[in-house]
Amino acid sequence: MNGTKSSAVHGPQATSGLRILTLRVNGSVYRCAAAPQALLLDILREEFRLVGTKRGCDMGTCGCCNVLIDGKAVPSCLVLAFDCEDKEIQTVEGLSLEEDGHLHPLQEAWAHSGGSQCGFCTPGFLMTSKELLACNPNPSREEIERALSGNVCRCTGYQKIVDAVSLAAKNMREWKEGGKQ
Amino acid sequence: MSHPHEIPNQDHGLIGKRIPLIDAFRKAAGQAIYTDDIQLPGQLVGKILRSPHPHAKILSIDTSRAESIPGVHAVVTGKEATNHFGVLPVSQDETALAVDKVLFIGDNVAAVAAESEEIALKALGAIQVEYEPLQAFLKMEDSLEQVPEELRLHPKTVDGTNIHKQVEQEFGDFDEAYEKALWKKRQTFRFIGVTHAFTEPMCTIAHFDADERLTLWSATQVPHYLHRALAKVMEMPMHKIRVIRPTVGGGFGGKSDPFPHEMVAALLSRKCRRPVKILFDREEVFYSNHGRHPSKIEVALAIDANKKISGLHVDALIDGGAWGSFGVVTTYYNGVLANGPYRLPNFRYRGRRVYSNKPPCGAMRGHGAVNTRYAYEILLDEAAHDLGIDPAAFRRDNVLPPNTKTINELRITTSGIGECIDRAVEASGWKEKYGKLPFGHGIGIAGGFYISGSALPIHWDKIPQSTVHLKVDLDGGVTIHSLAAEIGQGSDTMLAQIVADVLGLPIHFCRVFSEDTDTAPIDLGSYSSRVTFMAGNAARKAAENLRHLLIQAAADLTGYPAEVFVLRNERVVNCTMPEIQVPYLEAVRRAMKDCGALQTSGCYQAPPMGGKFKGAAAGLSPTYSFQAFVVELSVDLQTGKPKLHDVWAAHDCGKALNPLAVEGQIEGSIHMGLGQVLCEEFAYNKGNVLNPNFLDYRTLSPMEMPRVHPILVETCDPEGPFGAKECGEGPLLPILPAVSNALFDAIGVRFYELPITADRIWRALKRKKKEEAKSLV
Repeated sequence: MNGTKSSAVHGPQATSGLRILTLRVNGSVYRCAAAPQALLLDILREEFRLVGTKRGCDMGTCGCCNVLIDGKAVPSCLVLAFDCEDKEIQTVEGLSLEEDGHLHPLQEAWAHSGGSQCGFCTPGFLMTSKELLACNPNPSREEIERALSGNVCRCTGYQKIVDAVSLAAKNMREWKEGGKQ
Repeated sequence: MSHPHEIPNQDHGLIGKRIPLIDAFRKAAGQAIYTDDIQLPGQLVGKILRSPHPHAKILSIDTSRAESIPGVHAVVTGKEATNHFGVLPVSQDETALAVDKVLFIGDNVAAVAAESEEIALKALGAIQVEYEPLQAFLKMEDSLEQVPEELRLHPKTVDGTNIHKQVEQEFGDFDEAYEKALWKKRQTFRFIGVTHAFTEPMCTIAHFDADERLTLWSATQVPHYLHRALAKVMEMPMHKIRVIRPTVGGGFGGKSDPFPHEMVAALLSRKCRRPVKILFDREEVFYSNHGRHPSKIEVALAIDANKKISGLHVDALIDGGAWGSFGVVTTYYNGVLANGPYRLPNFRYRGRRVYSNKPPCGAMRGHGAVNTRYAYEILLDEAAHDLGIDPAAFRRDNVLPPNTKTINELRITTSGIGECIDRAVEASGWKEKYGKLPFGHGIGIAGGFYISGSALPIHWDKIPQSTVHLKVDLDGGVTIHSLAAEIGQGSDTMLAQIVADVLGLPIHFCRVFSEDTDTAPIDLGSYSSRVTFMAGNAARKAAENLRHLLIQAAADLTGYPAEVFVLRNERVVNCTMPEIQVPYLEAVRRAMKDCGALQTSGCYQAPPMGGKFKGAAAGLSPTYSFQAFVVELSVDLQTGKPKLHDVWAAHDCGKALNPLAVEGQIEGSIHMGLGQVLCEEFAYNKGNVLNPNFLDYRTLSPMEMPRVHPILVETCDPEGPFGAKECGEGPLLPILPAVSNALFDAIGVRFYELPITADRIWRALKRKKKEEAKSLV
């Protein structure tokens, strides 16, 4: 209790020791002044206002803040923002950019399968699932369950989340084979 | 009037349709706005100083150093707002911040609002509090003793003890039934506490603005109760307070109390006149708990010569922690809700809830019914086993019939318990498996029932429990105003489906505004599984009133009598001459002619019911859900680790308004119930929470979940909206005992203490082996 949650520095008095941080997120360049110890989650949410990425536990145990860093799903609450300066970051807001503004097949499948109830864990699950499907376009239910084991959902019992990933994988394979739409 | 043409032969009806929740795409896009996603201009960071002692007098608080830190804009202590609040009018024992005494480690002592979290934390460190520690009450039994006044946690307790609430009830003659029983057993069960573990931490933003109005954004299940509590604590009229509920990241009962941090944010904001946000870290979420009560429950069961249940005695001692919360209700529910789904002619109950110096316990999914249900269903299984009866058939033979009254005067209308048992047995292949699987592999069954909303509201002011307003303007969109809190369970979708169905419209015509006390009529909120039944009925009535206006408009336009018109496929159609029809938008315009935008409302209030005895209101509901689950599992005999294979979950939901959503509720309930039976423990040491994080408080991962087969049983309740009843809590009840009964079938051991972890199973197997070896000698 009463531990520091946000390492982002706000307010007029907090100016010493700041450096300019440059990050590439969802294909765009973002800049801000930040303390060296600033965590990626704080920068994404508090500085860049990319609030689709959720803060659930601040210790890498729930997966709500997972983002892709060079294609790998990582809890952004455990990553120093300055360590990401030469990397490609993708958040939930970036998923639809690959689809000309339409929802990503994972997002479509999530909605149709009932993968979200409260929805708070959804962005993190989507990013983990995206990494999975990039490595394994045709995962079994067991492989999906294993890949998603670092993400916590308290609403769905996971069954419809696994359904969603299976459906998205199927749709993505079919579209790839058939030349996308 | 439009061109007469054929009505398309398609059914736009939405009831029973498997459709995505109306917010599913927004949530999948990451566009849903939760409280912490809101950032107001000039917003400050609020932080709460918490007690390091489980029980202590506050001798003094010196905030002067904290106040002088640059960037600190407000500091508050308990003396500044001493009005008590609490979710139940009968036990208002909380204050915004501790006034004279702290009651648990993590109790709220003082708070600051500052320009950054760093400054706020520095200010908390600069507040000096002098405590005088008192004897801490950490074991339930200690709270039963009479103690001097200064050791009582609250002024109102039972006979000078730390017992918060004691209830005793008897119906029929339990002693006689027990005396004459063919089979009987008395057994004590122990349950450790568990907590909701929703993913979104508590968060609230208060803004006391220049108009001297207070707006509070908060992750809450009960905006109306929060509204009332704020008025009381802030000493402001309700009309100057606005509560907004942004998207809520899970509740399960854990966000169904008005909370001190919500009062604190409001106090800080009033002091500095700037918006103040308080966001909990995960540890603070655990320390505010409000989860399921740790319980010690003694149950005695009697079965008569006809192999019918003849008597049940429940004696429940439950640990409430520091505050009342929903505890008076919990105390009753631990007994009252054992009166189904089986016929019970003799029932005796004693329930005692004690205060202790631990974070408060409150309402959690399956509120009050879960632990007693476990105990009851284990003893039923033992009885069946000892009497040589199939436990599924034994339960089937004892079910409550529909349209009856239980001995404690719960009014049962529809009941699908028989069908639930039959279908779970059928789908699982029970008859081929029960008692026939190899050692280490087992199958078990259990039943349950649960309220669909409490028939008597907790505030006795005779206003409807749910009201829904509809507004239609020139664009034809139907705006639905309600205060039923969407917390992920799909209540917004339920409202939209009902309204669109009644009006014969596609669902996209409906837009639901269910987050704002300024615009919504009162609804008591999302707890006690009340929303589908109560808000759903209110929405249906409001939509029927709107339908009446549109039909009248069509009658005026066409010259045919109103009685012949129906609404379907975006048209008002003369059903005797289908070529006569008026498009929906034309009917809307005509109906608006003399009044502008159309407005209707509908409300729901439960009919009078129940007995005249003390506590008769507890457990009364306009209808009940029923369920029977079968679980198949195996045990690794080397390690004791259980592996769950399948759950066949038959649930009587009245009518599945949206099967996708109902299945989601069943599957989620099973996940939470499996956690309590297999691994979750809210563990304490000397008043400290030992595992206040997701690493140490372990919920089941996707890999540990069984395959769940939801079986939707539809009994079409005559009072439910389109026949619907609840589906969000009842399905949690049977999973715990069904797992335990399957373990008995697998390894021949009964478990009387939860959770049933692998090491407990391993120890039990070892003990069993030893005993068997001994009996061979």
